[in-house]
Amino acid sequence: MTAITACFDSSEHNHLVGNFAILDRGEPVFKIIHAQFLAPGIKRFVIDAPRIARKQKPGQFVILRIYEEGERIPVTIENSDPERGTINIVVQSAGKTTHLLNSLNTGDQILDVVGPLGKPSEIANYGTVVVVGGGVGTAMAYPTAAALKRAGNRVLSIVGARNKELVILEREMRDVSDALMITTDDGSYADKGFVTDKLRQLIQNGTRIDLVVAVGPIVMMKAIAEMTRKENIHTVVSLNPIMIDGTGMCGGCRVLIDGKSEFACVDGPEFDAHRVDFAVLVQRNSMYRDAEQRSLAEFQRAPKTQASSQEGEHACASIPAGRQGDQR
Amino acid sequence: MSPTAKKSQNPLPMKERIKVPRQLMPEQAAEERAHNFTEVNLGYSPELAQQEALRCLECAKPTCTVNCPVGVKVKEFVELIVIGDFLGAAAKIREDNVLPAITGRVCPQEDHCEGKCLLSKKVKPLGIGYLERFVADYEKRMGTHVVPNVQPTGKKVAVVGSGPSGLTVAGDLIQKGHKVRVFEALHELGGVLVYGIPEFRLPKQIIREQLDYMREMGVEFETDVVVGRTVTIDELMNEESYDAVYIGTGAGLPQFMNIPGEHLNGVYSANEFLTRINLMKAYKFPTYDEPMLDLKGKDVAVIGGGNTALDAIRSALRLGARKAYVIYRRSDAEMPARAEEVHHARQEGIDFQMLTAPVEFLSDGKGWLIAARCVRMELGEPDASGRRRPVPMKGSEFDLPLSVAVIAIGTSANPIVQSTTPGLGTNKRGYIQATEETQRTTRKGVFAGGDIVTGSATVILAMGAGRRAAKSIHEYLTTGEW
Repeated sequence: MTAITACFDSSEHNHLVGNFAILDRGEPVFKIIHAQFLAPGIKRFVIDAPRIARKQKPGQFVILRIYEEGERIPVTIENSDPERGTINIVVQSAGKTTHLLNSLNTGDQILDVVGPLGKPSEIANYGTVVVVGGGVGTAMAYPTAAALKRAGNRVLSIVGARNKELVILEREMRDVSDALMITTDDGSYADKGFVTDKLRQLIQNGTRIDLVVAVGPIVMMKAIAEMTRKENIHTVVSLNPIMIDGTGMCGGCRVLIDGKSEFACVDGPEFDAHRVDFAVLVQRNSMYRDAEQRSLAEFQRAPKTQASSQEGEHACASIPAGRQGDQR
Repeated sequence: MSPTAKKSQNPLPMKERIKVPRQLMPEQAAEERAHNFTEVNLGYSPELAQQEALRCLECAKPTCTVNCPVGVKVKEFVELIVIGDFLGAAAKIREDNVLPAITGRVCPQEDHCEGKCLLSKKVKPLGIGYLERFVADYEKRMGTHVVPNVQPTGKKVAVVGSGPSGLTVAGDLIQKGHKVRVFEALHELGGVLVYGIPEFRLPKQIIREQLDYMREMGVEFETDVVVGRTVTIDELMNEESYDAVYIGTGAGLPQFMNIPGEHLNGVYSANEFLTRINLMKAYKFPTYDEPMLDLKGKDVAVIGGGNTALDAIRSALRLGARKAYVIYRRSDAEMPARAEEVHHARQEGIDFQMLTAPVEFLSDGKGWLIAARCVRMELGEPDASGRRRPVPMKGSEFDLPLSVAVIAIGTSANPIVQSTTPGLGTNKRGYIQATEETQRTTRKGVFAGGDIVTGSATVILAMGAGRRAAKSIHEYLTTGEW
C-alpha cells in the first residue's frame, strides 16, 4: 500500500491529507481517475472501482472512508461505466469529511469505497413519471430518470437549486427527459421558485402522472409527499439517514415507515413517500448536528485530517465530522 | 501406541491434584479498569500456568474435548504445559483451533470444556480457557508460528465474511492446500471480533496477529466487498471460478423492541453503539472522525442480558457514564452472558436491574431520550426456550432517567446473500438452511455456518460450524460428490 503515500506525497493537497495509516490488508485501491467541480462545493469524481461499476443500478449508493481515522459516509452514485470499471460519485461539501473529499483530485485515492448498496430503483413502464431532483439530489435522481426513460416512460423532470451556479446535470437530465423544468430559489436562472411549484402546476394542468420520484433535501421530499398524497399519486423518495456499515448490521439508518422501523440500507433507500415519517428522519439526522458544526469550524480553521495526539484511549468529547444527511 | 500404555508426565498423584486450588487469573483492579479500555484479564505467568495444569485429572474419556465445538485435545495440550513444552501445547491446540488466543478469551468455557470437567464435581473446574490463552500468548511472544508447507490442490474456495467461522474455514482449508480468499463487507477484517467485542475483552492486536498468521499461510483477504451486492455467489462460482463458497456472514439486523420512543435520539442498537466504539473509534475524537454521543456524566442503560449487552454497558462505563444499568427481564439464572463477564461487570459497579423491562422511552419533547418507563417482572411458567417466562407485575411501573439507551435483545437474519442467491434455501426465520454435520446448503458447492444459519450464538459455536464446513468442503473438493 505504499502507493497511497507516494500518491499523496506528490499531491499538492498533501498538507490537507496528512499521514495516511498504511495498512497491508490486501484491499482494493480506489483511485480517482478524474475529479471536477460541477458547481461551487459540488464535485464529481470518477473512481476506479470495477466491482461496483459492474453491479451498480439506479437508486444505489456507496459508502466511503477517505483515510484511516475517517468516518464512513454514504454518497450518491451518479453513473457508472462497467467497461472502464469506473463509477461517478457526486459530493457536496457540507461537513469535514465532504470538504476533505472535495479537496481531493485526479490521481488521489480513497481508502475505502463499498457498494453498490441499497435496493435499486424499481424500474418499469409506469406511463408518465415526474422525476424531481433537489440540489445535489439531482445526481441520485439522474440515473433513475435515465432508466425510466429507457423503460419507455414519458419522463418529466424538475430540477431545483438555490441559484444558477448550483444547478447541476442540466444537460444530462435534458437528454433523458421528455421535458425538463428548472427552478432556482432566487430566480437567477430559469424560473424563480421551488420544485413543488412546478409539480403543482403539472397537477393543476391536469397532466396525467403515474409516479413521482423525488430525491433531495428532506423538506423538499416532505412537501412533495404532502402534495401528491392529496392527489393519490404514487410517490417514491430516496431517504438519507445517518449510516455506518450500510449492510443492515448496525441499525443506525432506521427510519419510521408506517410506524415501523425499517433500515434504509437494506430495505431502502427508496420508500413510498406517503408512509415515511419525515419528522423522525429530520430529528435523527440532527443527532450530531451541534458537534458537526463545531468540527467543521475547527477543520476550516486548521484543515487537517488528524489530531496531533495519538493518545486518547479514554473518553474524550465526542465531536463528529460530517453531515451525512446532506449528501443525497 | 495405545494411550493407556503411555505414562503421564504429570508428577502429582491423582489425590494431590484435587488439592491444588484453581489458579486465579491476574486482572486489572475493578476501580482502575472501569476507566480504561485495556484488557481486564492480564494472563497467567508460566508458573501459574504450570501450577494450574497440574490439576488436570487426565480422564480416560475427556468430557472437555467432547464438549468443545472444535474438539480441542485438552488433556494432551495441558500435559505439554505440565512439562513446560508451551510451544508444543500451542501446536497441539492449533490442530483443532486456528484462533486459540481469541477463544481463550471469549469462549463461554462454562458451557463447553469446563462445564463437564470432572474436577467440578468436587472443586472448581480446570482453567482450560486460561491455559489456552496462556499458550497462545506465549507462542505469540516467542514469534514462532509454524507455517505448514502443503501441496496445492488447485482448488479455489471463497469465504464470505471474516468473522470467527469464516476465519476457521479459511485456516483449515489453506492447510489442506486449497486456495482461499476471504471477502469482508467492512473496511476491517475480523467481523464481530472487531466491530462487536471491545478492546478490554479482546484486544484488536490479537486479531491482527491471527490475521497476519493466516496471511503467512497464504490466505487472501479482500475488504469492502458486500457479497450479494458487490458480487453475487453465482458470479463468484461462474465468473471467478471458485469451486466452493462458504457463507459466514453473521447475525445481521439488530432487533428492536417495537415500543414507543425507540426512534428517539439517544436510543442505539447495541450493534451501532459497539460499532461506533470498536470499529470506528468514535470515542477517540479528534483523532477519529466518527461521532457518538458524549457519555460523560450521563446515565446509560442497556436492555438485554447477553454478552453484547454487557460489552455495551461496560464500554459506556469506561466512556464516563455516571450510572450504567443493565435492564434484563428475567433473573440472574437465565442471563445468557458468559459468567466471567457478569462477575467482572458487577465488580466494576454496573447496576443490574433484573426482572425489569422498558415499556416506553420518554422524550424531552424535542426528540431526545430522557427516561425509560420500566415495569418489574416476575417469573411464570417455562416458555418455548425452557426458561421461566417473565410476566409484568401490575402497578410496578417506574421511570428510570436516562440519556442513552442501548438495545441488545438479539438480531434477525440479514437478507442480502439469501435474496441475491437463487435456489439458496432458508428457514422460516430467514436464516440459511444448512445440514448440521456438513454445513451444506441447498445449492451445490455452497456451504454456510455460524450465526447466519443458527441465529445469534457464540464465537466458538461459529468456529465449530466452520470446522465442520471445512472438513465437508475438503471432502467435496476431493471427491466432487455432493
